[in-house]
Amino acid sequence: MKRVVLPLLALSLMTSVASAQQNLRIGLAEDPDILDPTLARTFVGRIVFMAMCDKLLDIDKDLKLVPQLATEWSWSPDQTAVTFKIRPNVMFHDGEKMDAEAVRYSLDRHLNLQGSFRRSEINVVKSIDVVDPTTVKVSMATPFAPLLAQFTDRAGMVVSPKAATAAGANFGAKPICAGPYKFVERVQQDRIVVEKFKEHWNASAYSFDRITYLPIVDGTVRLANLRSGQIDMLERLQASDVAEVKKDARVKFASLTGLGYAGITINVANGDRGKTNVLAKDKRIRQALELSIDRDAINQVVFNGEFNAGNQWVPPTNPWYVKSVATPKRDVAKAKELLKAAGVTNPSFTLMVPTGNEGQQVAQVIQSMVKESGFDMKIQQVEFATSLQTAQKGDFDAFQIGWSGRVDPDGNLTAFIACDGGQNDGKYCSQDVEAALKLTRSTSNFEQRATAYEKIAKVHADDVPRIYLYHPTWFWAMSPKLAGFQPVPDGMIRLNGMKMN
Amino acid sequence: MVAVTTTATEDVLRRPSVFRRLMRRKGAVVGLCVVSIFVVIAILAPWLAPYDPIATNFLQVRKPPSAQHWMGTDEIGRDLMSRLIYGARASLQAGVISVMIAVCFGVPLGLLSGYCKGWVDSLMMRIVDAFLACPFLILAIAMAAFLGPSLTNAMIAIGLTAMPIFVRLVRGQVLAVTVEDYVEAARALGNPHVRIAVRHVLPNIVAPVLVHSTLAIAQATLAEAALSFLGLGQQPPEPSWGSMLNVARQFISQAPWMSWWPGLAIATVVLAFNLLGDGLRDALDPKET
Amino acid sequence: MLTFIVRRILISIPTIVFVSIVVFGLQLLLPGDPALALAGEERDPQLIAELRRLYNLDQPIWRQYLIWVGNVLQGNLGESIRLKMPVGDLVAAKLPVTMQLASMAILIAVCVGIPMGIVSAVKKETYLDYGANVVALSGISVPSFWLGIMMIMLFSVHLGWLPASGFVKPSESLSQNLKTMIMPAFVLSSVTTAIFMRHTRSAMLAVLRSDYVRTARAKGLREPRVVFRHALRNAIIPVVTLGAIQLGELMSGAVLTEQIFTIPGFGKLIVDAVFNRDYAVVQGVVLCTATGFIFLNLCADLIYFMVNPRMRG
Repeated sequence: MKRVVLPLLALSLMTSVASAQQNLRIGLAEDPDILDPTLARTFVGRIVFMAMCDKLLDIDKDLKLVPQLATEWSWSPDQTAVTFKIRPNVMFHDGEKMDAEAVRYSLDRHLNLQGSFRRSEINVVKSIDVVDPTTVKVSMATPFAPLLAQFTDRAGMVVSPKAATAAGANFGAKPICAGPYKFVERVQQDRIVVEKFKEHWNASAYSFDRITYLPIVDGTVRLANLRSGQIDMLERLQASDVAEVKKDARVKFASLTGLGYAGITINVANGDRGKTNVLAKDKRIRQALELSIDRDAINQVVFNGEFNAGNQWVPPTNPWYVKSVATPKRDVAKAKELLKAAGVTNPSFTLMVPTGNEGQQVAQVIQSMVKESGFDMKIQQVEFATSLQTAQKGDFDAFQIGWSGRVDPDGNLTAFIACDGGQNDGKYCSQDVEAALKLTRSTSNFEQRATAYEKIAKVHADDVPRIYLYHPTWFWAMSPKLAGFQPVPDGMIRLNGMKMN
Repeated sequence: MVAVTTTATEDVLRRPSVFRRLMRRKGAVVGLCVVSIFVVIAILAPWLAPYDPIATNFLQVRKPPSAQHWMGTDEIGRDLMSRLIYGARASLQAGVISVMIAVCFGVPLGLLSGYCKGWVDSLMMRIVDAFLACPFLILAIAMAAFLGPSLTNAMIAIGLTAMPIFVRLVRGQVLAVTVEDYVEAARALGNPHVRIAVRHVLPNIVAPVLVHSTLAIAQATLAEAALSFLGLGQQPPEPSWGSMLNVARQFISQAPWMSWWPGLAIATVVLAFNLLGDGLRDALDPKET
Repeated sequence: MLTFIVRRILISIPTIVFVSIVVFGLQLLLPGDPALALAGEERDPQLIAELRRLYNLDQPIWRQYLIWVGNVLQGNLGESIRLKMPVGDLVAAKLPVTMQLASMAILIAVCVGIPMGIVSAVKKETYLDYGANVVALSGISVPSFWLGIMMIMLFSVHLGWLPASGFVKPSESLSQNLKTMIMPAFVLSSVTTAIFMRHTRSAMLAVLRSDYVRTARAKGLREPRVVFRHALRNAIIPVVTLGAIQLGELMSGAVLTEQIFTIPGFGKLIVDAVFNRDYAVVQGVVLCTATGFIFLNLCADLIYFMVNPRMRG
């Protein structure tokens, strides 16, 4: 009996290895929303789009723009138009041709489909013109340097005009794009399956025949699935699991600092609370608050030192980080002096924290830190949807919130700090910042933009309308046999070059 | 006839008081002692706790039990034993008071429903159906938004949600008891309704209500943590067993002791209340001595 | 009996209407705007205004309700604004999963809790009784996430017997389906098992002490016969009441268990819907749970009457 069983077992092991070569199973931290690049909202959905929908441009690990469906691009001299050369001989999953007209159609759809989430990203676009079958010209009302970065994400995804016209708003049920994998099936909250598109322009770079995305919300369970071999890779490993995973030979680990941040928005002028809030009274009180916080300690205590402390809208590792405005060290004595100078003792305020374990821990760490300088900080946990509305109405003193981050620094800053910014919940408004923001958008020249950002960073560090705390790091864990994964700061899983050894 | 009454009276007289009979039961005594100890711990928390329950020590984060910290430290370096001791305050209140709210409203309503029958019962039961079908989450978020965070509000929310079960439980018992011969007889003899309800029906519902209240304490203690998370209950950094468990979830493999102690505390208290409940039930049962 | 059932079903209709109005009103009172929640990070005022228009959120509450009722009467439960899927499809996809999970959990609770309660009562104040109590009460005191994760660590990571999470339709493979459902069903049953055990024990004790059981014993009937024929029948009332309520709660309240084991069920659907203010989904699910509770409570009443025909009065 044993003699029969053993070879059988070996055989079954071999076939399981072979089939793993065919199918890559990836554990996601959430169930994606609708799979329509125009209507999609979630971060996790972008990971799936990476397999299905190619974009005009992509980014590499240094955030440099690299060609994808567009092979070349150039700005007009007045910075109000970009001309893209479209990759020739590219096909959509339905066999239709991907050309300049399809690009025009897709951008037009992003701009005009009802309920489009892309419009706000590219609403500066005034017209899209097909110059010839491989050339598209995108014109803007005013110069807008961050536009190219938008085309590295969903706004740059090109959909099959035929399929999109036929499906209308239901396109997300069976998306047809020009990516390396085509949609097979989706079971809500359970799995999304895509299979290799053999006619893809770069098909040879993709070794898996099939990718199965499995949403597994609980972080501990996601890791257990990897360890028990039910998945081959997972995204967003919990920071608290990192130390253990690094020691575990059965699991391979990868990490990279992301593009986002977590910070505290201070209500300086929004509604009645903007008037009564002690933090709104004097910028010295806000400076004192910032000086009372030890960002490194937060990182050590809550995130095992795996995140990055930071004082700006981009992490210190980012090319756009303003090096001349360094992260201030904690200085309780100076904080007390500033409070004294501002004429307040024991200022009391409430920090609104959206529901969630890590946020709650950060809040409690801050509470105990700022207490030493004399701040009496209360914590109020608020369920997320409620917190958004409360923040918009200005019914808060300070609001602890994160931002997932964008490739261009503009996406991390303007909406939050411009006087009429959609997410400027504290209603901070500074003419110096306004002028500099305008400058950052009007040119694609790196040095000129960087100088303008430096100006903003200086004003920001003095006014302290928001206290940036830390920048999350992306953590991935995978089977040791999986090779070729390249982390990129946007947190996506790019499948090209990945293979099972 | 006279003789019967005399022996009955003598019988009643000979029976020791409920408390004395309760004290004769080993289980009940143990239960009562444990509950009392926890109540005393909660009251004397400031004197018993070795550390300030909200004082953090960032150099002692998630340390296993040691000589300095007998139960270890939590995710931001607070002493778990001190938090457990202080947490008894919120958790015992949340567990016991919210169940009392549920019992105080649920039992009379259930009695009414089962005893009156007819349209009263019908109306009441449909309201209960409606209540059960309303998602707890919506109620909790609405209360958090309108009433703001406080332990009292959390207890009201938990009590209200636990109430329908008691209404239905009591009603079921009443329906079953009122058709028994002795109740029929009492009714035939012209006893007033209230008297029948109190004398004959109430004793028969004591047992399931006691059993269920002692079970509901466990659920209420855990529910408090969920509400705190939604911004309704006690807010951090104040400790409660439920919220300690909630946080411990994230560290279940790295710092398992964080979930041991609050879990053990809840289980112990629930066990003690159940023992006490069993004893009380036996002591109240006229057929037991 | 038939008229009773018909009458009950007829009065159920106003109950459901009432529940739907209450839930609709309550969720509209909630802070947090669906458009804002949907927009999430992308809080572009223009987009939010458009979303409001698109989903009739700019209409007065009563008109929103009437629009919803109108659609329901035409058999259309509306569309989830978050998932962009018909609510009817979502409910139809998840209801069977949740029903399977809840039924398995109740089955485990009945098979474990009730015998434990009987043994515990018959062997009152022995080590068997103490042991049964401790086990059952631990089940209700331990949070489900803890039990769930411990089971995954043991049975999936260390022993490799069962998949850690996931769901397979019974139509695809019944054995795979049972393999994925057994752990969540067990975790979900722990509270109900405790409730059944404690109530069975208590009711059994009362009955075992009652006059007619004493009489039966005096008549020389053997113990098992006494226990099963007479005692259990009368002990069943609270168990039936609670069983109906528990089954209802397991259907809508299994969020944590579903999340840990990644079971695509109702619990997660409703929690996500409430957090995202996805009103159509909340309404649709509440409609189902209300119907479920009404049906289950009706069943409970019918069982009362079957057990004790005099209760029909």
